[in-house]
Amino acid sequence: MQSAARMKVRIDADRCEGHGRCYVLAPELFEPDEIGNSHERGSGEVEPQCKERAFLAARNCPEHAVIIEEST
Amino acid sequence: MSSQGAGETAATDFDHAGEEWAANPFPIWERLRQTCPIARSDRYGGVWLPTRHDDIAAIAYDTENFTSRSVLVTEDRPPLEIAPQGIAPPISSDPPFHHGARRVLLPAFSPQAVDRLEPATRAYCEQLVAALADREMVDAAEEYAQHIPVRVIANMLGFPTSDADKFRTFVKHVIEEVALPFEERFERIMHLFEYLEAQVQDHVDRPREDLTTYLLNADVDGQPLEPDHVGSTIALLLLAGIDTTWSAIGASLWHLASHPQDRQRLVAEPDLLPVAIEELLRAYAPVTMARLVKHDVEWRGQHLKGGDWMLLPFPAANRDPAAFDSPDEVIIDREVNRHTAFGLGIHRCAGSHLARMELRVALEVWLNAFPDFELADPLAVHWSGGQVRGPRRLPIRLPARA
Repeated sequence: MQSAARMKVRIDADRCEGHGRCYVLAPELFEPDEIGNSHERGSGEVEPQCKERAFLAARNCPEHAVIIEEST
Repeated sequence: MSSQGAGETAATDFDHAGEEWAANPFPIWERLRQTCPIARSDRYGGVWLPTRHDDIAAIAYDTENFTSRSVLVTEDRPPLEIAPQGIAPPISSDPPFHHGARRVLLPAFSPQAVDRLEPATRAYCEQLVAALADREMVDAAEEYAQHIPVRVIANMLGFPTSDADKFRTFVKHVIEEVALPFEERFERIMHLFEYLEAQVQDHVDRPREDLTTYLLNADVDGQPLEPDHVGSTIALLLLAGIDTTWSAIGASLWHLASHPQDRQRLVAEPDLLPVAIEELLRAYAPVTMARLVKHDVEWRGQHLKGGDWMLLPFPAANRDPAAFDSPDEVIIDREVNRHTAFGLGIHRCAGSHLARMELRVALEVWLNAFPDFELADPLAVHWSGGQVRGPRRLPIRLPARA
């Protein structure tokens, strides 16, 4: 079951160039720093209702900097 | 037959500053992508044109083989001595110098900083549409789109908004007149630097709360910026945001004027606008960047010569079927849209958050004032070519309103 899997997101800081797609599409998961680069909020834990947004953020990052980790 | 002939010419001797490219570059890129994905022309002393997303991305990430010393293709090459700063840092800078030159600018263009500029931008757009309200025919490029980024950047830099015409002339000289002989270009560009010198001096004498004063006081690793660094960064900020954003606003209005279903949908569903904007940016990305090849190198099967130009047509990357489903279709609710309108890698457009805000506000205000509009004469629309493509003449008919 997808909802049973635990999900975490994180930003690969070496890849992030501050396009800002993730924190616009999933503001509950990501936030900008003072130069517009992104980082995950808190531990990066994704609530079940936010999973779809996490994928949306990852699939819209031009630099492929949004990393999704799933574990059962 | 004639279209076939034009295509053959384009495949071996494309001219990114030519009329055919300005009017409709998409078939040129498509043909090249299939037949000659890293094409070369002898123009401008040798210039390469990759058209596949994968190649364009690889070049954008490759600062070993490609330098940003100049990003505007011209007959002449800027001298090696101007590296690593380049003509207009940080866009013209290479690592490691690039990092500090960019880092110092980014806070002024962060999402948080851009949010603070939104109310004044909206008020200005409202003022522009109010001035058009009684008209039946307007030029949306000349009378609306072009004014918005000029006003925004003049306010940010603390320059007189009454100098707007001057700024547009500078843009024309630097970015559009690339085919002129070096001496003529140099003379015209000197007018820009004379103007900037006077503005910068005025800020030295009378510091105020603006980006020019901020740069004069800024430091990189404890070192204040060199005076010529400040001047040339301001030149970049003044020029880079104007015709690019003007092009994006104009191209979006052109699309909505010629696609009534999309326009009606955005009027009915204004919340869709941020998603639609990403699609309009993908489909009509204005900016083609460029690099210089650093040294002779074998690159993906091509013998590149040091000093050759390498165009980075991000708009062509955005139309590559290997990267996007139905790339030539504008799908205004396209959810997955990893477009490259603002470039890739370390030179990602520093003004992208500002440009997105201006584009969104410009379209919101326009659609709210004029929910119904159409092209007055499709043949009268004129697109600029070269490295920044967008409508420069855009006659629009506004139906009679209550």
